[in-house]
Amino acid sequence: MSDIASRVKAIIVDKLGVDENEVTAEASFTNDLGADSLDTVELIMEFEKEFDIQIPDDQAENIGTVGQAVSFIEAAK
Amino acid sequence: MKLKRVVVTGLGALTPIGNNIEEYWDGLVNGKSGAAPITHFDAAKFKTRFACEVKNFNVEDFIHRKEARKMDKFTQFAMVVADEAIINSKLDVENVDPDRVGVIWGCGIGGIDTFEQEVVAYALGDGTPKFNPFFIPKMIADIAPGHISMKYGFRGPNFTTVSACASSANAIIDALNYIRLGHADVIVTGGSEASVTGAAMGGFNALHALSQNNENPSMASRPFDKDRDGFVMGEGGGALILEEYEHAVARGAKIYCEVAGGGLSADAYHLTAPHPEGLGATKVMQNCLKNAGLVPEDVDAINMHGTSTPLGDVAELKAVQKVFGEHAYNLNINSTKSMTGHLLGAAGAIEAIASVLAMENGMVPPTINHTVLDENIDPKLNLTINKAQKRDIKVAMSNTFGFGGHNACVLFKKLEA
Repeated sequence: MSDIASRVKAIIVDKLGVDENEVTAEASFTNDLGADSLDTVELIMEFEKEFDIQIPDDQAENIGTVGQAVSFIEAAK
Repeated sequence: MKLKRVVVTGLGALTPIGNNIEEYWDGLVNGKSGAAPITHFDAAKFKTRFACEVKNFNVEDFIHRKEARKMDKFTQFAMVVADEAIINSKLDVENVDPDRVGVIWGCGIGGIDTFEQEVVAYALGDGTPKFNPFFIPKMIADIAPGHISMKYGFRGPNFTTVSACASSANAIIDALNYIRLGHADVIVTGGSEASVTGAAMGGFNALHALSQNNENPSMASRPFDKDRDGFVMGEGGGALILEEYEHAVARGAKIYCEVAGGGLSADAYHLTAPHPEGLGATKVMQNCLKNAGLVPEDVDAINMHGTSTPLGDVAELKAVQKVFGEHAYNLNINSTKSMTGHLLGAAGAIEAIASVLAMENGMVPPTINHTVLDENIDPKLNLTINKAQKRDIKVAMSNTFGFGGHNACVLFKKLEA
């Protein structure tokens, strides 16, 4: 796992209180990991802080799975 | 319209002197002080460096981490005490009509710790707003009853009352009246507060409201004593299950007592100081007696607002003597704040619980830390000094007054056989 992927995973485990094994690339924040709309907003903000990037609202809407988050951050870095 | 009768069928408490009802009562009758040096933040530069904190409390013992981190501490306290009270009431939450169960909570300030953290982070930044999406729903004072309703699915009346230190007495009175009027069968009521924070301590220090007896914290809260020098900040929560009498009887619930009535008034005098002659305090006790259909001679015990401030204690006792006349000398008067400190918006709840438990156990908790009586206080009054006193209580009164001049008073009555 890339450094970015493992840091993304750690944030998700911390914020959503889920087990590490559940945080697969395909896992959807809302459908699989129990996030509601506010949790998702918080996750995006945590990614911005952790990786020192900006994720505009219209692009944040396209980040629904763990894999999508990792890809977005890799492209933004 | 005939008003319905309302009884207490469940209790829950998380206080500086005990983390559940049993421990709380044990602390009360044994005259335990909850005051100690502050651990929640670095208070080294503060005029007051002690408070009555809740001790040995690990929120994850009660609430999953994922949920707990979306709650300010005042809401975490609310969840814990509401759970205890609901379990204590043996209410069948799966089968009760959820539209007939409400939650009316009291909170004077709300999530001030959350507010401080978010605003400090913003102030230290470059001006870019990076507020957490949970900032507002953690901070707002009404969120505690919201969380309780979501956990249990209770869809009846749901809101928070805010009247500073009278908040949770106001909540209890609102709960009483909504059940009396038939809007709900059961209401989870009470209050919680978590204000042992830098901003809250600094703010109350600026008002000269807090004791500065840093040398001897456990002796600092000393209502009616000559050397009292302000209140001691406390934190925690208390919950009461109020239930329509017939509803409680039908399900075979244990009934602690009846909520006989509630009184409300305002001082209309000053932001923080009480009316020197206890005008609002007099009115609120009279209103409460009238609302309960009782006369002064019916009352056996009063748990006073008694915060240990120089002005407040004297004004309140003047009011008691005005309302009760000669009967004032027959009363057991006490202030449990001598032990718990002042839980602000949660004070009315934990003190109402103290009154209910005093009635239940036939024992009045003491006013501790009393050495020399203030010369402005009538020495013939029984202030239940330093040791608990046995007393068969048929009617107990609980007073709470808030900054802004809000006064609330509740009367509890033993259920007549």
